[in-house]
Amino acid sequence: MKNNSRRGFMGKAFGAVAGIGAIGSLYAMKKSWDPLPSVKAAGFTTLNMDDYKENELVTEKWRGKPIFVLKQTKEMMEKAKANPKDMDRLIQIGDSHFMVCVGLCTHLGCIPGYNPAEESFLCACHGGMYDFTAEVTKAPPPRGLDIPPFKIDGNKLVLGEEGPEYKKMLEAGITLKV
Amino acid sequence: MAHFTKATSVKDWFDQRLAIDKVEKVMMSEYWIPKNINFLWAMGMVLVVTFTLLLVSGIFLLMYYQPNVATAFDSVNYTIMREVDFGWLWRHVHGVAASVVFLIIYIHMFTGIYYGSYKKGREMIWISGMLLFVAFSAEAFSGYMLPWGQMSYWAGMVITNLFAGGSLHADGLVEWIRGDYVPAQAFLNRFFMLHVLLIPLAIMGLIGLHFAALRIPHVNNQDGEEIDFDAESKKYLAGDKAGSKVMRFANDFMAKDMMVVGIYLIFFFYLVFFHYDFAMDPVNFDPADGLKTPAHIYPEWYFLWSYEILRPFSTNIGLIAFAFAQVIFVLLPFLDRSPNTTPASRRGLFKIWFWAMLVDMIVLTAMGKLPPEGIFSTIGLVAALTFIGLWIVLPFITKMEKKA
Ligand code: HEM
Ligand code: FES
Repeated sequence: MKNNSRRGFMGKAFGAVAGIGAIGSLYAMKKSWDPLPSVKAAGFTTLNMDDYKENELVTEKWRGKPIFVLKQTKEMMEKAKANPKDMDRLIQIGDSHFMVCVGLCTHLGCIPGYNPAEESFLCACHGGMYDFTAEVTKAPPPRGLDIPPFKIDGNKLVLGEEGPEYKKMLEAGITLKV
Repeated sequence: MAHFTKATSVKDWFDQRLAIDKVEKVMMSEYWIPKNINFLWAMGMVLVVTFTLLLVSGIFLLMYYQPNVATAFDSVNYTIMREVDFGWLWRHVHGVAASVVFLIIYIHMFTGIYYGSYKKGREMIWISGMLLFVAFSAEAFSGYMLPWGQMSYWAGMVITNLFAGGSLHADGLVEWIRGDYVPAQAFLNRFFMLHVLLIPLAIMGLIGLHFAALRIPHVNNQDGEEIDFDAESKKYLAGDKAGSKVMRFANDFMAKDMMVVGIYLIFFFYLVFFHYDFAMDPVNFDPADGLKTPAHIYPEWYFLWSYEILRPFSTNIGLIAFAFAQVIFVLLPFLDRSPNTTPASRRGLFKIWFWAMLVDMIVLTAMGKLPPEGIFSTIGLVAALTFIGLWIVLPFITKMEKKA
């Protein structure tokens, strides 16, 4: 009897120590799969906004992701003004307006292609479409392209820093945090 | 204490220490197989052979492959394919086997469904089989990342994005899986580890479980007849081989099995030498480029049916439909409410269900390959809804089935 309870106690003690060990190692395993600090140390990308031409899509790179920059034409601006959903997505620098977005489809992450004649994007993966402000016009994508964190600095745009204009967009729910 | 005597032969020496005679009986000569089966029961052995081919060819690829985003593409497409003597052979064997293994898995699965081999004590065989299917899917996906071509990269991007769970926006989970914001070095390295170690280990364990699950119920037969294996094997051992309903696994059944395996291997090596191209996507011969999506992204043929279930819907519904398709086959033994284990041909409505499911999956596969436009979108949508509908009606039609 005495022996049995002693074995029972040893079993429980072992179980408790092993349990703590198991939780600890699961935690270590989880953390080992996290992105490394070198990866996370957010890359900043600075764009000179004088370099872009109207209705000509340029793809920049930020944190390994493609960034679309599209300077809006006068006609686009007229259309955008008629549609506040479009207007809210644009970034104003000086007198010009820009669409600056992460060029990954909000459905499953393919890169949509831009058609300058139609002023729209088509994602070849599952047929999603976006207009010239990258607002979604055809499913499956659930929302327009996400806007990266940005800060306006004169005629420059710093990606990766959160300026007041970006924070406003985030609060208004115009973009999700990426 | 165990008593050992001087060995009379090498065999006896081992027998005293490892009981090889007993083991041979349990595993081979007295493992009983019904006589009333056909070539479809050889698919399991064909799968074992194909897995061995993957293992051996994989070991040779592993000696030159480099899991580094800068060198992976060339280590496969230049070093293995052009420099290593017979490197092309290992790569083509590996690629063709990875594709063909799914063809055989699907035949094996549908054989099980047709003959009702997933119920009356055979549930664990079915469940372990479906776990093997999941493990092979993960193995094929992780392997597909390794050559680090355009299809590797973008399939990696799209599939890992599924884990964001649509509106749940679990981007943190996606980044955790990738170890980066986009598929990059950390991603390639960990999928390499999964592909060559962890998943193959899991597969080997699951194969063990699959076989263990077969021991007690034994394999089914063409009529779904419940055989008294004790009585029938006694009859066989007593000399009435013709009157017994069973035969030995080795060498009786093995001889038939190996015949099928032989024919399969001719077909297999015909593909390896003359038609390996079907297993190699031409787009994957462009190196990975995170700033350019290929015009059409589609998975390998064996994932097309479930991909097509994802595609016609908006993100959230698509994800739910996709998740449904991934797990629903596991539940087959519990959704089939009929007590009959007879072949589908003798089960009334279930016969229609079986063929409708098979045809529907072929239609889904074909539509998954075509661009998502016009009439193809519509057919795809109908086929996806049919797939879901068939699973919903299954419990009802099988409940109504008459006892055979
Ligand atoms: C333990 C067994 C295995 C080892 C050691 C192994 C190893 C490798 C290696 C080193 C590669 C990269 C070279 C290349 O792309 O050709 C590779 C590729 C691949 N593996 Fe495996 N593998 C194993 C099992 C499997 C299994 C069971 C499957 C599928 C069911 C599979 C599917 C693939 C696929 C689809 C590729 C890409 C092939 C290509 O694009 O050429 N592998 N494997
Ligand atoms: S990834 Fe763009 S539509 Fe699916």
